[in-house]
Amino acid sequence: MAILLTKKTPVLVQGFTGRIGTFHAQEMIDYGTNVVGGVTPGKGGGTHLDLPVFNTVKGAVAETKAEASIVFVPPPFAADSIMEAADAGIKYCVCVTDGIPAQDMMRVKRYMRRYKSEMRMRLTGPNCAGTITPGQAMMGIMPGSIYMPGRVGIVGRSGTLGYEAASQMKSKGIGVSTSVGIGGDPINGSSFKDILELFEADPETDAVVMIGEIGGPQEAEAAEWARAHMKKPLMAYVAGLSAPKGKKMGHAGAIVSAFGESAQEKVEIIREAGHTIIPHPAAFGETVEAVLSGKKVAA
Amino acid sequence: MDIHEYQAKELLATHGIRMPRGGLAYSPEQAAYRATEIGGEAWVVKAQVHSGARGKAGGIILCKTDKEVADAAEKLLGQRLVTHQTGPEGKLINRLYIEETVQIDRELYLGFVLDRKEERIMIVASSSGGMEIEQIAEEEPDSLVRASVDPGLGMREFQAREIAFGLGLDGALIGKAVDTILGCYRVFRDSDASMLEINPLVVSKNEVIALDCKMSFDENALFRRPEISELRDKSQEDPRETFASDRGLSYVGLTGNIGCIINGAGLAMATLDMIKIAGGEPANFLDIGGGASPERVAKSFRAVLADKEVKVILVNIFAGINRCDWVAEGVVKALEEVGVEVPLIVRLSGTKVDEGMKILAEKAPSVTVAHTLKEAAEAAVAALPKADKSAA
Repeated sequence: MAILLTKKTPVLVQGFTGRIGTFHAQEMIDYGTNVVGGVTPGKGGGTHLDLPVFNTVKGAVAETKAEASIVFVPPPFAADSIMEAADAGIKYCVCVTDGIPAQDMMRVKRYMRRYKSEMRMRLTGPNCAGTITPGQAMMGIMPGSIYMPGRVGIVGRSGTLGYEAASQMKSKGIGVSTSVGIGGDPINGSSFKDILELFEADPETDAVVMIGEIGGPQEAEAAEWARAHMKKPLMAYVAGLSAPKGKKMGHAGAIVSAFGESAQEKVEIIREAGHTIIPHPAAFGETVEAVLSGKKVAA
Repeated sequence: MDIHEYQAKELLATHGIRMPRGGLAYSPEQAAYRATEIGGEAWVVKAQVHSGARGKAGGIILCKTDKEVADAAEKLLGQRLVTHQTGPEGKLINRLYIEETVQIDRELYLGFVLDRKEERIMIVASSSGGMEIEQIAEEEPDSLVRASVDPGLGMREFQAREIAFGLGLDGALIGKAVDTILGCYRVFRDSDASMLEINPLVVSKNEVIALDCKMSFDENALFRRPEISELRDKSQEDPRETFASDRGLSYVGLTGNIGCIINGAGLAMATLDMIKIAGGEPANFLDIGGGASPERVAKSFRAVLADKEVKVILVNIFAGINRCDWVAEGVVKALEEVGVEVPLIVRLSGTKVDEGMKILAEKAPSVTVAHTLKEAAEAAVAALPKADKSAA
């Protein structure tokens, strides 16, 4: 299997009946995702998109045996919804919501650690495009058609830049095992390293593309981890060469505030750790192609 | 979002933190009046701009008479203060803070940040105050004491005590420093701050006093902090960014001449990178966000064209929740209503790309269509007027 999500995974939609939740739940169903129902407090007992609606995540899990959930709840309430999923025994949660206060996310991370590791929910996002296992299922807002099923994993902060990578790979006939968005916020559910660990252990992934950006310590931490623990080839691109220090480039987390957080510094750290650098954002396809065919790629 | 020193001090005062007496002034007359009101024999006239290192840049003036205070105010008001944090254009001084001087026995540093590695509020303090934290970390790393706060429990008193002792304080100063540190923590937590820095925090005649203060806030939390939103001072922002943010667009002004309209922050940063690699310089970062309507796209053109340096516009869209047909309609709308007199390069990909391309071909034949990111960036650089190209 790929990582995190397969066509069998039973998925709940939190914020199911809202405009955004409705639209993307339908897209997910059309792609073949096993959506088993949704949660909107106060609308329990009814149906929506021919699926049952529940008042609480616990109620939904009891009834549907859902294992994963995707959160489309607005920013003021999203942190609470993630904690509700964690408490209801959901194993994997994707939070798409953009604009959650950083202190709320700190409390979410702290809350998730209340559970023993085997009971602990995995979270990706917030502020991400979601996760897709091409040809099987998607939990997110991405256009499913640009991903070809295959054996290269993608992990990135940005949604649209991930699309760019996947479509360049597709045009070279290279498919994706799973693509995971970890989101553009400073405090997120899973780090690059967390997802690299899953790809390294996945027998259906041969190589991984990591799409980073300015700000924060996660790309460097992942590169260091991969140097010691990863046998599969890791290729990385870091966006934001032209970002001035101290300016937030759209994502709440994309801000250079300390040493090692600029694109140039991150590229150096990743290169020094022995991984392949994707030199510019039009080179995803050719770099992956060259690495897979065993060619030396000039770093 | 940043605020002024005097605003940060007002927030701290509500939590019992001690600071010199001071008052705000918008004119030399007010400044002199403030000085007499405060009393004493010397005052500092402090330019209120969103930047650190104001002293070195001449933005803080020590005065001995109310006449000197008025002269200093006259000199500063209306000027743009250029520090190493503001960029060469500097920041407008439109208000001053007049403060009594205090005797300085020791200078300390106290800072609070949201630490991304620990995912907690982190407190950093140093017995070497008065210089910037980067410099302290470089030159006096042993002077640093740190603590991080468990978000489930809040900051504990022992943590504040450890910091106070770590700063080399003793006797009655310990209790005073603990109250200051815990008070700052509460302000930070309760106002959803992202940074709070007191530099220097001084020991003066057995009191602990905040001499300067800087604060920034988490913009994602402003929805529940209207009292913080009110403190925004638009005169301290890049006018291009204010124009765009008032229209709900995520925009960052840069120094080049290729205007950019893109969806998604990551793709936007990558497109700017590609422009640089192709030999050009981007004029801005602009993310139109998801589900952008034709009106929103047209508005983006207004924001980009508000920058008179822009000589070419590059639109790069990889639509997921966006729709290429809506973006194309927006481009047409911009050409008709906004008036785009510079070359325009458009690259569309993803959801409804065929429909979008058809609209462009029919209604906007003057647009240069590109099919890949690389092609788009190269076309934008090629479309620059000759004079600008050689300059780039």
